[in-house]
Amino acid sequence: MSAGVSVGLEACAKTFADDTRALEPVTLEIARGETLVFLGPSGCGKTTTLRIIAGLEAPDPGGRVRFDGEDVTSIPIERRNVGMVFQSYALFPNMNVAENIGYGLKIRGASRAQRQARVEELVALTGIEGLERRQVDQLSGGQRQRVALARAVAPRPRVLLLDEPLTALDASLRERLRVELNRLLRSLGITTVYVTHDQAEAMALGDRIVVMRAGAIAQIGSPREIYFEPASRFVAEFVGAANIVEGTACDGAIVLPGARIPIGTTGKVTLMLRPETIAVVPPDAAELSGRIENVTFVGDRQRIVIADAASRPLLIDAPNTIAAAPGERVGLRIDPTRIRVLPEERDEQGGKS
Amino acid sequence: MLTRLVFAGQLAFTLVVAAFLIVPAVLSMLAGVTVNYFRGIRSGVTLEWMVEVWELYAETIVRSFEVAFATLLLTLIVGVPAAYALHVRQGSWSRLIEEIITLPLAVPGLAIALALLLTYGGFGAFRGSWLFIAGHVVFTLPFMVRAVMAVFAAIDVKTLDESAASLGASPWRRFRDVIAPNARPGILAGSLMVVTLSLGEFNLTWMLHTPLTKTLPVGLADSYASMRLEIASAYTLIFFIMIIPLLIAMQMLGRDKRSAA
Repeated sequence: MSAGVSVGLEACAKTFADDTRALEPVTLEIARGETLVFLGPSGCGKTTTLRIIAGLEAPDPGGRVRFDGEDVTSIPIERRNVGMVFQSYALFPNMNVAENIGYGLKIRGASRAQRQARVEELVALTGIEGLERRQVDQLSGGQRQRVALARAVAPRPRVLLLDEPLTALDASLRERLRVELNRLLRSLGITTVYVTHDQAEAMALGDRIVVMRAGAIAQIGSPREIYFEPASRFVAEFVGAANIVEGTACDGAIVLPGARIPIGTTGKVTLMLRPETIAVVPPDAAELSGRIENVTFVGDRQRIVIADAASRPLLIDAPNTIAAAPGERVGLRIDPTRIRVLPEERDEQGGKS
Repeated sequence: MLTRLVFAGQLAFTLVVAAFLIVPAVLSMLAGVTVNYFRGIRSGVTLEWMVEVWELYAETIVRSFEVAFATLLLTLIVGVPAAYALHVRQGSWSRLIEEIITLPLAVPGLAIALALLLTYGGFGAFRGSWLFIAGHVVFTLPFMVRAVMAVFAAIDVKTLDESAASLGASPWRRFRDVIAPNARPGILAGSLMVVTLSLGEFNLTWMLHTPLTKTLPVGLADSYASMRLEIASAYTLIFFIMIIPLLIAMQMLGRDKRSAA
């Protein structure tokens, strides 16, 4: 079922010629057939990591890249047998769709018949039948994306590398292609490294997600782990919406303007509450109350901002059926099992501690 | 109403400017087929001057085209890879090299010719043949490099190169299959510049030429200086007749390959 190789990075750092450190030493292992997503804001080092795996950048001395244990650090990209999809797709304007998809096979010396068969197979797999003779500039964005993917996959690479492949598309198309891409990656079973700044994409596609920040790994884990058990405030806020509540806990509970929230520990704590874990209830029955400051209807739900409940306004995702008007006082119920106590920050936010 | 008036004004202005530029060319060409220029076109029309020019100067015309195409070949071989290298490595060294390549445009052709003569004038055979072409290459190279670099900047050639590399293509194959074909518009524009500049180049060529190696513009100067005005004009006419189909052919060549690819 699985195709491709395992990929190992050992202490791969990257310092550019002007002495900027793009990447702190990164060590991680990508299993055969796994889809690993690098997620982070721009400039966090995720694309640099991808380019080191591809062979487009060399790690600083001491760093090693291994494919199935074999050291490929000094092997140039053209001999690494990787497939790559670029954000701009980088389709060859001087070739038509079929020639683009078949180019990698042509380089490898495949016969015309072999090439044609493989191109047909991929055209069907990516759903672009009938476009084979088209020039690249006659294609829509979504079609280009599919051609780029087909071209990368055609020579059966050992690793598939995708650099923000959906970012250039509009939102609805992006969502549809995300589903297709997921299906395709599962059916190919190829080792895949995917770079994105879009947390929804990361959640949908990744077996594991590597959240990166300022050139270093902030957390590695499954989408569920990243979402429910973020390792830091940065991860909590970057992946999905999060309410961060800071306070001092006494007798196993933290005291807010609106209520006491029971937690297991004592001392200075930082809590994370996901918006969907807080429910709006009648004020008199609630242990926590606040005033509705703002309501944003987003279709499948409504996002309510509550003031006066905690030190900062609380975000709440409520069902789209309940009535909520700004100024109204409401009660809130927090599911105590879903409160996450965040580990102590080690001076990352540029704080004083 | 006002917009029509404005349009009419613009049209009239354009026509006047165009006439200002075209009338001398037309008069010059007419002079080349007039029996006696001082008596005007009424003196009759003749091809006699053109035949005479051909007999006197055919050699210079052929030589000019030889030099132009040799120059083109060399600027292609040197200029296209140079443009690629300068585009991909965008360091301060690249900027410096780019400036040095461009320098001959600012230096008078006579000065370049003098430098070439001082350096290579002693090599007899070289002096009589290739030095010419070397001078033209130095003079026209920046046009090729600039034109090709402009296209590289427009098509993000670096990412195209990387994507071809990811598919397994060696640097040479990348250059042949992806980079050069996509630089075609720039190569074409550069080629047109190089050929026309080389054909028309005078001051550098005049300094470098020997009695045995006259090119077209040098021959033209010669005929203006020593022959009847009608001969010089006929010479210009022949020049036009030869260069316009050439330029059109080069344009079509560039377009054909693009749509066939």
